[in-house]
Amino acid sequence: MEVENGPGWEIVIGLEIHVELLTRSKVFCSCATGFGGEPNTRVCPVCLGLPGSLPVLNAKALEYAVKTGLALNCEIASFSKFDRKNYFYPDLPKAYQISQYDLPLCRHGYLEIEAGGVRRRIGITRVHLEEETGKSLHAGTSIVDSPFTLLDYNRAGIPLVEIVTEPDIRSPEEARVFLEELKRVVEFAGVSDVKMEEGSLRCDANISVRPRGASRLGTKTEVKNMNSFRAVQRALEYEAARQIATLRAGGRVVQETRHWDDAAGVTRGMRSKEQAQDYRYFPEPDLVPIVLSPEQIEQWRRELPELPAARRERLAREYGLPAYDAAILTASKKLADFFEEAARAFPDPKMVSNWVMGELLRLLKAENKELDQVPLQPSDLVGLLSLVRDGVISGATAKEVFEEMFHTGDPAASIVDRRGLRQISDEGALREIVRRAMAANPDAVQSYRQGKEKALGALVGAVMKETRGKANPQLVNRLLLEALREAKP
Amino acid sequence: MEIHELTLTEVQDLLDRGELSGTDLVEGLYTRIDAVEDKVQAFLELDRERALAEAKEAGKAQIAREADPGPRAGVPVAVKDNVCTMGWKTTCASRILFNFRPPYDATVVARLRQQGHTVLGKTNMDEFAMGSSTEHSAFHPTRNPWDLTRVPGGSSGGSAAAVAAGEALFALGSDTGGSIRLPAAFCGVVGLKPTYGRVSRYGLVAYASSLDQIGPITRTVADCALALGWIAGHDPLDSTSLAAEVPDYRTFLRPEVRGLRIGLPKEYFGEGLDPEVRGAVEKAVQQLEEGGAAVLEVSLPHTEYALAAYYLIAPAEASSNLARYDGVRYGFRGEGSDIVELYSDTRRRGFGDEVKRRIMLGTYALSAGYYDAYYLNALRVRTLIRRDFEAAFQKVDVLACPTSPTVAFRLGERTDDPMQMYLSDIYTVPVNLAGLPALSVPCGLNHEGLPIGLQLIGPPLSEGRLLQVGYAYEERRGPFPRPQL
Repeated sequence: MEVENGPGWEIVIGLEIHVELLTRSKVFCSCATGFGGEPNTRVCPVCLGLPGSLPVLNAKALEYAVKTGLALNCEIASFSKFDRKNYFYPDLPKAYQISQYDLPLCRHGYLEIEAGGVRRRIGITRVHLEEETGKSLHAGTSIVDSPFTLLDYNRAGIPLVEIVTEPDIRSPEEARVFLEELKRVVEFAGVSDVKMEEGSLRCDANISVRPRGASRLGTKTEVKNMNSFRAVQRALEYEAARQIATLRAGGRVVQETRHWDDAAGVTRGMRSKEQAQDYRYFPEPDLVPIVLSPEQIEQWRRELPELPAARRERLAREYGLPAYDAAILTASKKLADFFEEAARAFPDPKMVSNWVMGELLRLLKAENKELDQVPLQPSDLVGLLSLVRDGVISGATAKEVFEEMFHTGDPAASIVDRRGLRQISDEGALREIVRRAMAANPDAVQSYRQGKEKALGALVGAVMKETRGKANPQLVNRLLLEALREAKP
Repeated sequence: MEIHELTLTEVQDLLDRGELSGTDLVEGLYTRIDAVEDKVQAFLELDRERALAEAKEAGKAQIAREADPGPRAGVPVAVKDNVCTMGWKTTCASRILFNFRPPYDATVVARLRQQGHTVLGKTNMDEFAMGSSTEHSAFHPTRNPWDLTRVPGGSSGGSAAAVAAGEALFALGSDTGGSIRLPAAFCGVVGLKPTYGRVSRYGLVAYASSLDQIGPITRTVADCALALGWIAGHDPLDSTSLAAEVPDYRTFLRPEVRGLRIGLPKEYFGEGLDPEVRGAVEKAVQQLEEGGAAVLEVSLPHTEYALAAYYLIAPAEASSNLARYDGVRYGFRGEGSDIVELYSDTRRRGFGDEVKRRIMLGTYALSAGYYDAYYLNALRVRTLIRRDFEAAFQKVDVLACPTSPTVAFRLGERTDDPMQMYLSDIYTVPVNLAGLPALSVPCGLNHEGLPIGLQLIGPPLSEGRLLQVGYAYEERRGPFPRPQL
């Protein structure tokens, strides 16, 4: 379906995001966290909700949740509590989720984003801490129509923050940009590794449309099951267009939950049976309220690492980089760290930036890998760039060497030596090769002298061919030009 | 002397002197159980071999640390069936957990084991501790050893009856609205509901988490002091457990009440109180007064709302606590062609009527549109009740009152009338709402020879003081008779 949100319509979007926190143990017991593992091996009476077991709050999870709030410019509650959210589902072992209802840890924050060249501040309504559910594997498409369902409780009890935005987002693209920036913020804050494909970041959206200028919000729908940033944008584009088309045709939007079908590219209303839950929240009597002193909150604020916006600004200023470079280099904390470590050890930060944004990102993307999955270290890049700067190898050779370094992690110098790639920068030797090239290509010499500057290329090529590409190209150019001038008839 | 005629304190002395072993105790108690259990039916699981094996194991562990001259242990403890015990089933007297064997020990059980004590058997109770007569057990009712046609009280009826019948020296109970004190009163034994948080709840299958508390049921106050010392203390696995130091409760066992101020809450001596119960309690208070205590009347003005608040808060929490019994992971599993049917059938057939009644009450109280009017108002009442007690304890050191308005009623007498059943707890429920400690001590028999309970209530963490007053009363009262079985 085409997006038809012409000037006449305004789209209003609010997001609800769940992020798994990167603690070593679960939020209410000491079982290990971490993706995968044999099913039902990281479990204990507490996260299995066995009769008689009781939760105990993991202090690290609390710290990370508060740090998430601080990173999102929230006010932190000095008094907060847990509540039970009651509903039946087999992956919820206690049939209630320990969550927070009316007194969340963090409120009234914001996150600034830049979409389509416009800077916008998106309000954060609240951030609260809760527990993750287990995982269901249905033999069919859902629990209702499957002959059986398998349950894995390894994930049950992993700490989760729920982040709710104000309805401040005005386009599906903005929603995607917001999520990307949010991902960076929680990653830079060190509280999550946010891997959407592993489900450690999930997003639901509330979306409505209204005629531009209208003060009342339109009826909203809730869109679920969006499993990538791109899916969020696509689903919301579809849903906005669907709502606008409905209203234009004189219909009305029904308030409901809709499932995004990524393959079909449509949202579908869920059966009403699965809606209108009354979760019967009430205070969790097994946990005591959370009381945080201003000193504690301040300490966590001080411990917060540099966040993406600040880092972008600093990279641009400190290393004299264009804003474009700074934005790309801060796509992830690992990438920014990699750049900075290399840039500190090399006198030309822009050259480092070019290599990181160019070759490094190209290879990571081509091989679908994360930076920490390859052996390449920042010092390796510095070693390579030093060789280029010192004229030991050419830029073209450097790309080959880089690719090998990327895969093996070997130092540039040893690759260059082993493969005999050292550049010939000996003027005497090159002058002789230049002379021979000119002698062997009289036509090219002739053409050049007649004003066809392109002919120089053929002569350079001849030198390179003879040196098997190892000649220093700048030097070859200069020597050729000198020789052509000198030998003028 | 037969083992079943000894007190826990006497047994402890014999253990310390090496004149008795844990296996002797198991043998002695099982001999008694063989003789009377058919009549009383206090237990849900009995296993002489397992109990003996546990006692032998504990004995070996003690011999291994022979160099340590510390007190000897080895008391086999009767454990209410809602307290998790490794190796023993923990059914909560419910069909839904009919085969559940927990893979872990409750903290209280682990603590007892660490000290060398063992499990004797698992005692009967009202299903999920919901009831005042033990008639709501899914398996069988327990009978009052004083009169086998009467109930032992509930919900810890099995524990109280076992101690009264000499089948156990010490039993663990749990008290959410009176479930230790009421059966203690009905069975003529001593029952203590500790301050909320004094004893770990880890491994106690939850009924109403903000009210539940494990406590000891014994024959004497001295035994109670000994047993409380074994189980009390902070537990990192229970966030609501208190960090306060545990005193040696036996140091409070002095028959001294001079200067003590005893309050009689006038609301606990009003309409509905059996005159014989009133007489026995007043006589007990008089005996304390003769010992030098000052007695004055106090008021707990919000008492009349306590039962209503309790029957909103406790079922609300229960509706959530019991939601996990869905047949998916453990316990009884019903049938159904899809998950919703499986849930429904499991819970329809797995739970008894009283449990279902409370789940429905609680679900309703927490539902959108009713939450403020019911649950939230109940919480407000709870605060007012707590303040009533705080104000009273500005004037007096302990409160004395009946544990229950009547003596043990007949089996079947109140099962068709939930409201009548709930009224048994009218004097015990406020204590749970306020999180206070309270002790029930036998204070006489009525004209039918049925025991009456004196309830002593104190401020938070005043268990020592309550034991002192209870002990002083016991000294003046003299030995309490035993039921004839």
